[in-house]
Amino acid sequence: MIRFAELYHALDSTTKTNEKIAAMSSYFVAAPPLDAAWATYFLCGNKLRRLVPTKLLRAWAAEEASIPSWLLDESYHAVGDLAETLSLVVPPGEIRTDESLSYWVEHRLLPLRALDEQTQRQFVVEIWKETPAKLRFVVMKLITGAFRVGVSKRLVTRAIAQQSGVSADVVSHRLMGNWTPTHDFFASLVDPDVQDTLASQPYPFCLAHPLNIEEGPQPIGDAEQFVAEWKWDGIRGQVIRRSGQTFIWSRGEELMENRWPEIESAAEHLPDGTVLDGEILAVASDGNVLPFGQLQRRIGRKTIGKKLLSEVPVVFHAFDLLEHRGVDIRQQRFVKRRGQLEQLLGDCDHPHLKITELVSGESWDEWAEVRERSRDVNAEGLMLKRKDAAYDVGRVRGTWWKWKVQPFTIDAVLIYAQKGHGKRASLFTDYTFALWDGDQLVPFAKAYSGLDDKEIRQVDRFVRQNTKDTFGPVRSVTPTLVMELAFEGLQRSTRHKSGVATRFPRILRWRHDKKAEDANQLGELLEMLDD
Amino acid sequence: MNHDAEFQFLPYGESIKIDGVDVSFHPAGHMLGSAQVRLEHRGQVAVVTGDYKLGNDPTCESWQPLSCHLLVTESTFGLPVYRWEDEQTTADAINDWWRESRDEGKCCVLYGYAAGKSQRLLASLDPSIGPIYTHGAVEKGNEAYRKTGVDLPETTFVGSLERKHDFTGGIVVAVPSANGTPWLRRFGRTSTAMASGWMAVRGARRRRAVDRGFVVSDHVDWPSLLKAVELCDPETVWVTHGYSATVARYLQELGREAHVIDSRTRSENDEDGAQASGVEGEGS
Repeated sequence: MIRFAELYHALDSTTKTNEKIAAMSSYFVAAPPLDAAWATYFLCGNKLRRLVPTKLLRAWAAEEASIPSWLLDESYHAVGDLAETLSLVVPPGEIRTDESLSYWVEHRLLPLRALDEQTQRQFVVEIWKETPAKLRFVVMKLITGAFRVGVSKRLVTRAIAQQSGVSADVVSHRLMGNWTPTHDFFASLVDPDVQDTLASQPYPFCLAHPLNIEEGPQPIGDAEQFVAEWKWDGIRGQVIRRSGQTFIWSRGEELMENRWPEIESAAEHLPDGTVLDGEILAVASDGNVLPFGQLQRRIGRKTIGKKLLSEVPVVFHAFDLLEHRGVDIRQQRFVKRRGQLEQLLGDCDHPHLKITELVSGESWDEWAEVRERSRDVNAEGLMLKRKDAAYDVGRVRGTWWKWKVQPFTIDAVLIYAQKGHGKRASLFTDYTFALWDGDQLVPFAKAYSGLDDKEIRQVDRFVRQNTKDTFGPVRSVTPTLVMELAFEGLQRSTRHKSGVATRFPRILRWRHDKKAEDANQLGELLEMLDD
Repeated sequence: MNHDAEFQFLPYGESIKIDGVDVSFHPAGHMLGSAQVRLEHRGQVAVVTGDYKLGNDPTCESWQPLSCHLLVTESTFGLPVYRWEDEQTTADAINDWWRESRDEGKCCVLYGYAAGKSQRLLASLDPSIGPIYTHGAVEKGNEAYRKTGVDLPETTFVGSLERKHDFTGGIVVAVPSANGTPWLRRFGRTSTAMASGWMAVRGARRRRAVDRGFVVSDHVDWPSLLKAVELCDPETVWVTHGYSATVARYLQELGREAHVIDSRTRSENDEDGAQASGVEGEGS
């Protein structure tokens, strides 16, 4: 466990990719396979389901530290991280014996869930007595299910590849989907024999880079090297048809079962050994794509009723073919894969399985004009894809570009502020903005990002000096600061005071030139609704 | 401070009378020359701590408890999350980092407040690892310390060296404001670290954009603040400069009379605002 905690702190204390990979590689070299499996599990962002209610952890920590609960809460607000607060507040313990990561997880952490409160407490306090702050921090991160360290899955993959000699693509493929951290799993992860694929296993997704909106597409090359598609605002997914079974995976590598029955039954018409990449979209009866808000009605539902099925039917818009007749064709050029995709879906001809049309155009200017109409078709903009590129793993620069439409913008007044978490803990970084409705300010959006560190400190100082009222962690401030907010979309909402919900609101810039009374009216926001 | 003001110097422990009040200075342990002020009038004793810390610091005299009726204490780090490790553990951690960076062919840059913190850091460095360099502001502090007879390892002022000097394997002690400036370029490949009490919290450490954070503070941490109050055993505590409200409330719950004496704006500015705005010297 000490080695794993050291790995965590090594990863946490550098921003350099090479140093991170080196730290992971040297961990994997010396770790027994079962430890390596658990380390891979956590580094890839997997978590243990909650083991102990955090409320109890807080109460026990306050008692162990001999402080009242309000003081623990205040400490938590100052630190902004529960696991860290617990590791700092409770007096440091002393390491007795160093057990392995897997021993900790399997014998000291996972069993917690099944214990009664009294025994749980005994276990946890024992852990505290045996851990100094730094080690305890990592253990508490695992217990609270908040373990996160600054490495991407891609980086973990590279480290394992480097250490094992198995290619990164193979490692990455083997890490897709659901797996259990066992000795055998890790052994097969680094097995040099690459003749394996589980029927359900998806491929790593190729991700697009955002195009700099101000610069436009010129810097990425000539228009003739690219094709354009609408950038749909749905759910990215892979449809897999192998061994007579269908699997639909989300980009978050979640297997979506029984969620999209239309697509599942459509996929039965695909030949075995087919993997499609595309977007799940809600469509109207005329086939037109509906806004994301409609699709949202079907997300998060365990069972889909008949009514919803008829009101919000979905279609899989395929835009790439990764496996054809059981062969991985990701290394083929885009146009070649596209040709086979067209053929395949043409043969299959199913209303719930469509191919994403290419948007015709021959020059950047032409596509720029088309892009202006994105909102009319409920797209977020255009996707530009290199004709001669292979299907890459992860966010590789240069093959896929997303060229989004200009966001909606509005000038709003900052009225509430709350301290952030993690890096932003103890600074007021989470803001609520309002618009005028007559002489009333109506809150309509929360925004957390867009200011630089210097501006954040200025706003932080402003909040401290201009607090009108405090509601728990939230401060209301004298309406003074005006910020220009950008957001991607807008829809009616009965849950919001303003009557609308914005999608991806963020701060575009601080309008030092405007006073609170110069901010926009709520009415102006409502005019942006397209219904 | 008024430049025309006349200064009268007073050794620790000696008292003078000002308007019928006996005034004396006593070591505060914060840095060389730092003092708590003891005021006595008709048998009533008040002690104003100023910035202070408990424990051992080879570069200054140690804080000593003064029993009093009224204690005015700072509370920069008055939260239970602030708990300093012992001097030696921290010194070892800094020297280990220096040794590792040296072996990787890097130059270390260690940031600390120019007067007090830097000298304490210097005193804890192991000169057998490599050469020690200083930023101009730090070197000025060193001169003052050495003049008083404090033993510091040999240091070289960066500005006195040739432009092409090779700093590999050395350590540069510099002020925090030097971080991220072009001045750092001359040191080649560096590993940077900040020494401050705020480094106890990961978020603050990350905000600093340095490779390492070492928890070194010249203020009382939570346990020593409570210990100081216990040792001085005042009837009343006035808490200022930091987490005043928190400390006062906690002391009240322990059954001691305690009040906050900052104005709201003041405490708001100094509490965690000090670290947020990058104020050096831990908001003092």
